[in-house]
Amino acid sequence: MGGRDATMVLLDKNGIRCDGRKIDEPRKIVIKAGGLKNADGSAYIEFGDNKILVGVFGPRDVHPKHMSNTDTGILRVRYHMEPFSVDERKRPAPSRREIEISKVIKEALEPAVMLEKFPRTAVDVFIEVLQADGGTRCAALTAASVALADAGIPMRDMVAAIASGKVEDTVILDVNNEEDQAGQADMPIGYMPSAEKITLLQLDGVLTPEEYKKCIQVGVDGCKLVYELQKKALHDKYFGNKGD
Amino acid sequence: MGDKRKYVIPGDVVTTGPFRPEQNVILDGNKIIATTIGISEIYDDSVKVIPLTGMYIPKIDDLVIAKVNSHTSLSWELNINSCYVGFLPAQDVFGRDFSAHADELSSKLKTGDLVAARIANFDRTRDPLVTISDRDLGQIDSGELVEISPSKVPRLIGKRGTMIQMIEMATDAAITIGQNGWVVISCESPEGLLKAKKAIKMVNEQAHIVNLTDQVKEMLESKGES
Repeated sequence: MGGRDATMVLLDKNGIRCDGRKIDEPRKIVIKAGGLKNADGSAYIEFGDNKILVGVFGPRDVHPKHMSNTDTGILRVRYHMEPFSVDERKRPAPSRREIEISKVIKEALEPAVMLEKFPRTAVDVFIEVLQADGGTRCAALTAASVALADAGIPMRDMVAAIASGKVEDTVILDVNNEEDQAGQADMPIGYMPSAEKITLLQLDGVLTPEEYKKCIQVGVDGCKLVYELQKKALHDKYFGNKGD
Repeated sequence: MGDKRKYVIPGDVVTTGPFRPEQNVILDGNKIIATTIGISEIYDDSVKVIPLTGMYIPKIDDLVIAKVNSHTSLSWELNINSCYVGFLPAQDVFGRDFSAHADELSSKLKTGDLVAARIANFDRTRDPLVTISDRDLGQIDSGELVEISPSKVPRLIGKRGTMIQMIEMATDAAITIGQNGWVVISCESPEGLLKAKKAIKMVNEQAHIVNLTDQVKEMLESKGES
C-alpha cells in the first residue's frame, strides 16, 4: 500500500522495530465484548491500528435450506473490509483475499465451536474491518472468538491469534503492515490456549526449520497474551470487575 | 463467592477429578471444561455451569410461551423463540377425529395468537413437537407479553419460586413464565401490571447482582406507598 518509506529501518542495532517495539512485543490490544444490540453476540477489537467489529447471529435457521446439515450445525463467516479501511478506496465487493480469509477464519473457529449440538442450524459470523494495518486476520479471529462466546454458543475453548514473522533475519512477534510488506516472512497462528492446539497456521515467506520452530514458539506465547485480554473482555462484560 | 462457585468462560478448567459432567461442561481426560460463559457449580459428584448468555434450546417438558407463525392443513408452526420452530399437530387441538377436510385450523388458532405450550418431544433430528392439551395450557387471550433473555429465566423464578411469588404477591398479577424467555403478565389493575413489568425487566437487567431479591422487594414496596 502507498506511503511506504524506502529508507525505513525495520530493525535497528538495538533490536527496536520500525514502530518502536521490541522484537517480542505485541502492539497495544484492546478488546471489548458486546456493544451491538441487534446481534446475538458481538465484539470490538483494536489491535494496534487495526479496528475490527464482529457480530454473531445464531444458532438460527439455515437459508438457503439446502445448505443445512442434519448431523451438525454449520458455521458461516464473512470477512469484509470497509472501503475506507485502507489508504486507497477498496472496492466493497468481496475480493479473492477476503474470500480466502473468510474461509481460513471459519476453519480456525470450527474446532472450537460445538456445532454438533445444533443440527440443521447455522451460526453466522460477520467481520467488518473498519481500519486495517497488517494482521487483520489474526485480530478478526480473536474478536470472532469473543463474539461467539458472547452469543452463548458452546465452545471447547477460545481461539486467540497473533502473527509471528521474520525481518532482518530475526524472528519477531506481531507483524505490522510495514513488516508484512518489506519483511522476510509472516506466519499467522491461531491457538486454543487451554486445549493447547493450533487451529490456524499460514506462512508467507521462507524460514529455516529452526526459524520455523522459533516462530511457532513465539506465536504461541503471543496467543497466550492475547487470550488473557479476551478473558478480561468477557469478565468485564459479564462479571463486572469482580471476576476471579 | 465461595470455593464451589466461580465465574468461567469457554475453555476454563472448572475442576479435575471423577465428576459427572452436566450442563455446559465437557470432560477432557480428567479435566472438566466449561463451554459457555457462566457460573460453575460443583456438587458431590457432578459439575455444571449456569449460563449467563445464549438462546433457548428446547427441552422435553418445558413450558413455553409460543406465537403462532403459520399453519398447514395438518399442523401449526409456532415461534418458540429458539433456533427451531415448534410443531403443533392438529390432532392435539381437535382430538382424534380430526379431519383435514372438515376442520379448518384457523378456526382454533390464528397467526399471531399466543399459546402456553409444553415441549412434548424433541430429539434434535426433527423440530420440537409441542402440545397444548393439558391443564393450564392453551391459547392466551389476555395479558401482556414481556421478553427477557432465556438464560435469566431461572433467576426470575428464584430459588423454589421465591422471586416470582414475591412479584405476584406484591402486584396481584398472574405471571406465566415460559422457559424460552417469554413471560405473560395478566393483572386487573394497570398499576400492578406496570409494576410487575418493571420488576421483571429489573431481574433481566441485573440478574448477576447478589442481593437482587431485596432490591426488587424494595422497588415493589416503594412504588406501593406512593
